[in-house]
Amino acid sequence: MSTKPGKDPERLEKESDAEGILSGSRRDFLKTSSLLSAIALTPGTFIRAAENQWDEKFADVAEKIPLTLEVNGVSYSMKVEPRVTLLDLLREQLHLTGSKKGCDRGQCGACTVHVNGVRINSCLSLAVTNEGKKITTIEGLATGDQLHPMQEAFIKHDGFQCGYCTSGQIMSAVALVKEGRTQSREQISEFMSGNICRCGAYSNIVKAIQEVKSNQI
Amino acid sequence: MNPFQYTRSSAATGAIQSLIREPQAHLLAGGTNLIDLMKMGVVVPERLVDINPLPLKAVEKTAGGLRIGALATNSEVADHALVLQDYPLLSLAINAGASPQLRNMATVGGNMMQRTRCNYFFDTAMPCNKRSPGSGCGALEGYNRMHALFGASDHCIAVNPSDMNVAMVALDAVVHVKGPKGERMIPFAEFHRLPGDHPEKDNTLERTELITAVALPASAAAFKDHVHYLKVRDRSSYAFALVSVAAALDMDGTTIRGARLAMGGVAHKPWRLHGAEAFLKGKTADAATFRQAAEIAMQGAKAYQYNKFKLTLAPNAIVQALQTASA
Repeated sequence: MSTKPGKDPERLEKESDAEGILSGSRRDFLKTSSLLSAIALTPGTFIRAAENQWDEKFADVAEKIPLTLEVNGVSYSMKVEPRVTLLDLLREQLHLTGSKKGCDRGQCGACTVHVNGVRINSCLSLAVTNEGKKITTIEGLATGDQLHPMQEAFIKHDGFQCGYCTSGQIMSAVALVKEGRTQSREQISEFMSGNICRCGAYSNIVKAIQEVKSNQI
Repeated sequence: MNPFQYTRSSAATGAIQSLIREPQAHLLAGGTNLIDLMKMGVVVPERLVDINPLPLKAVEKTAGGLRIGALATNSEVADHALVLQDYPLLSLAINAGASPQLRNMATVGGNMMQRTRCNYFFDTAMPCNKRSPGSGCGALEGYNRMHALFGASDHCIAVNPSDMNVAMVALDAVVHVKGPKGERMIPFAEFHRLPGDHPEKDNTLERTELITAVALPASAAAFKDHVHYLKVRDRSSYAFALVSVAAALDMDGTTIRGARLAMGGVAHKPWRLHGAEAFLKGKTADAATFRQAAEIAMQGAKAYQYNKFKLTLAPNAIVQALQTASA
């Protein structure tokens, strides 16, 4: 399990800049959004008159949307197509491939990340809806070479076999402990049910979670 | 996923204007259903109007009961102190649905708007009158194990997949909506509709209207001490209901002062059991009474080739839910 992002974030940001990914400034975004708001609030007749004139600009605007968010403590500004999911943004654009694409439909949990401290399925979240939010992925759990206690516990208790679901399991488990849903084995199973493990490492995953929970008290 | 245009909306009026202007625009809230449907090509919007910035997240006590903002997430509602205190049935039902991750994303308004999980609706190679009006119903003569027992038509036998909706209808919730003509209220029981000749319409919301809140009446809190949500599914968690039952009883010792009963997984809308409720009123809570109530609830049920098991499962589930609620 890597404890560092696939690329040095600073280097990545510079590369992104060189590719012009950062060129969408805050000012452009404000212009764009006030343009959309202005049109949204304008009476119908005026809109119809203005429509043709604005059509192309709308298309330009819609093709890529400026987006600023923070991932694992690093701030990123870029432009993304509206249809790009948070999972694809993390994996394909930021090269943080720890979050996995399993079903890509919110049924397996392999893509679980934290958004503003809350666990979600990143495959069903459009990246553009995460403007200004703080994302934590599996790459952001460790502190330097010091693994997160949940990562340590998964290794100690063999909480995985093939490992594909593991980053999602760990992200979900960290949130679960924070939510306080660890009162019993049954409660842990119920509130971990959004993470499927086809190898069937469930009993060891529960042991890992119980250990982290008991060490906290 | 097909490309689409994206607008971020920070005012309800702006979002409604977008819907008026563009017939192919869809509102986007939690996205847990819509993004899935877009990936499958079942829904292909030309524009998404992101309403997440709208100030509709508050859950607050009102003179009449509790007002839940349409953008409150399923988790926020299920874990809310006022919901747990006065409407625990709602909390149980929400937590029976989906997974923690999905409940953290999905909103109350979005949950109400989620589409059926009928396989023929999801498979664009199959006929489906809901997805493509006039193309026929693949489920009618197909693999209809998950399908309806009540209120279906020859055009559609799909069921509403929500757990939250079952509790909402049992608790007499009221839906607050805003549209071009102003605001209006819709009783929860009238929000979702039966398929009839227009299965493409899941509900009575106009295309240019926006759900702003759901209100729970103070009177429904009378049922808070004896509640149960029983969900029967193919695995012990994280699956849609074959049958679910929301039961809430107002008890005076062993006598039932009043009952609220609704079923999920059996109709195109959350299915309130008024006949059984009326029967239970004033009766002593025991197994024989619950069995009779279940028989009344099942009157008019019609099964298809592969869902006949529901004719036995559903009344048994009603009895068990009532027993657990009354205990």
